[in-house]
Amino acid sequence: MTNGIHIEGLTKRYGEGDTAVDALKGVDMKVAPGEVVGLIGPSGSGKSTLLKCLGAVIEPTAGRMTLGDRVIYDDGWKIRDLRELRRDRIGFVFQAPYLIPFLDVTDNVALLPMLAGVPNAEARRRALELLKALDVDHRAKAMPSQLSGGEQQRVAIARGLVNRPPVILADEPTAPLDSERALAVIRILNDMARQFETAIIVVTHDEKIIPTFRRIYHIRDGRTHEEAGEGRGFE
Amino acid sequence: MISLAGRDILHAWGKFVFTGIGLGLLIGVTLTMAGVYRGMVDDAKVLLDNSSADLWVVQKDTLGPYAESSSVYDDAWRGIRGMPGVARAANVTYLTMQVRLGARDVRAMVTGIAVDGPGTPGWPPHLVAGRQITRGHYEAVADITTGFKLDDSIRIRRNHYTVVGLTRRMVSSSGDPMVFIPLKDAQEAQFLKDNDAVRAQRRRTAANPAFNRPGAPDLLDAVTASQATNPYVNTVLVQIKPGYRPQEVAESIRRWKRLQVYDRVQMEEILVGKLIATSARQIGMFLVILAIVSAAIVAFIIYTLTLGKIREIAVLKLIGTKNRTIAGMILQQALALGAIGFVVGKITATLWAPIFPKYVLLIPRDSASGFVAVMVICVLASLIAIRAALKVDPAEAVGG
Repeated sequence: MTNGIHIEGLTKRYGEGDTAVDALKGVDMKVAPGEVVGLIGPSGSGKSTLLKCLGAVIEPTAGRMTLGDRVIYDDGWKIRDLRELRRDRIGFVFQAPYLIPFLDVTDNVALLPMLAGVPNAEARRRALELLKALDVDHRAKAMPSQLSGGEQQRVAIARGLVNRPPVILADEPTAPLDSERALAVIRILNDMARQFETAIIVVTHDEKIIPTFRRIYHIRDGRTHEEAGEGRGFE
Repeated sequence: MISLAGRDILHAWGKFVFTGIGLGLLIGVTLTMAGVYRGMVDDAKVLLDNSSADLWVVQKDTLGPYAESSSVYDDAWRGIRGMPGVARAANVTYLTMQVRLGARDVRAMVTGIAVDGPGTPGWPPHLVAGRQITRGHYEAVADITTGFKLDDSIRIRRNHYTVVGLTRRMVSSSGDPMVFIPLKDAQEAQFLKDNDAVRAQRRRTAANPAFNRPGAPDLLDAVTASQATNPYVNTVLVQIKPGYRPQEVAESIRRWKRLQVYDRVQMEEILVGKLIATSARQIGMFLVILAIVSAAIVAFIIYTLTLGKIREIAVLKLIGTKNRTIAGMILQQALALGAIGFVVGKITATLWAPIFPKYVLLIPRDSASGFVAVMVICVLASLIAIRAALKVDPAEAVGG
């Protein structure tokens, strides 16, 4: 596998000695480009820790992780600039959209390429292109507070995609939405994954959307096991 | 790259502007305090400038007419006038007192000037209305801030004076407006006792066998007459001839007349360095306290604004924003707040300075220093908020 995300034997230990807690105990996971997989598990199972490791927010204790063709962690070794990695190669979509309240919709999306040094005009062009693909371009000049919940989530998805990252991590992206809007968001993620060859991992508890995944990773007590999903609605 | 600080300010401009106005009023008070000090120094310099003197001849071992009481015989000026290098010399008295106009009174420095014509040392150098004093008695020229008008009849002690001229920026070192009257009247005003006191003194003198000898009946009259006159003035103001150095003329007067002589530089040192030194320190303390309060307010505001954006900062860090960018955003906001505050402060200080009872002098150098100080305070005050922002863990943006 040369693209997507691939982790092998990922472990994460908090604390030391008698108080040490193993939140991840050798997690394996593969997500191909263009694929949307679900990550589900009960509270305390290690979901958030796995998400933070995948998002290069915390470092795993051991194991190997590759993003696209780039090794990120390898048994204690890590690439030097995790901040740059997060900016250029990982897209985030959160349960709440967490849009920057003082930037309009276009600049919320364009901020990432701007941070990467892309000229403002080009960054805004890319942002508008994505907003159009997500059907929120008519709100391009609106402030986040003027958007509905669904519109905010679509803008957040656009922000996650704007730098064309090989992987997007979506943390409960449909939690605040009703069934119709939740399914719409999943449809968008699938479309985007196919269109931009992006590997998307969706962490969810949402029963409404679980049947839509073709592959699902269950996590329990720090370990994952994979099973086939129904893939309903996105054949 | 867009300006995150600018966008945040525009988004919450009301909060920023109102906070800036509050800070600005505090900065306005600070600038005004500096202006009060500058005004005091300027008052002192104006007093010296307007006296048109090169030298101040005062009582030996005293600091002169403004800082300490000084008595010089009123005929000393004749001897001084005849000394080499002296162009003009004139007696002057100073007495700070309440001058009455009808039912109200005004605190003023009553200045007795020798009626020798304009240009005489001690005279007001320019008038804004009316004329100079031309009679030997009962005429006055008043500074316009006394509120007196031409032809007003003012009362000094028991005598009434007609205001014949008005002048401007003639004030004492403590900012009291000056009222000029003829020298003889001023000497009398300094000395004049009430009728009961005069009678009591006469009785005492008459009861003293040394003054009331049976064989010398004129002695008592002579002593009583001497008690009713005041042959002293506070200072002799001296103008020197071109080509002479003030120090050499002063040295000559010191040696031959056994009086204290100060030149302009020494007199300025006495006024600024001694007379208003305590007030200057007092104002300095206020400035320090106001600077600390301003810094605390800016720090608190910026810290509070930053804490209100912790989640956004976490998201910014998660999506790869550099610490430098986040610190720059907070710093720029602090500087913007300081700039708004300074502009408001400068405008308010300029607007309310003329209302102050004493002269408030706002000079560009103080404004420039104030601006730099405000910016430095804002930078320092933003450090706490920057520290808090940089400690935010990007993981806070990720659930769980």
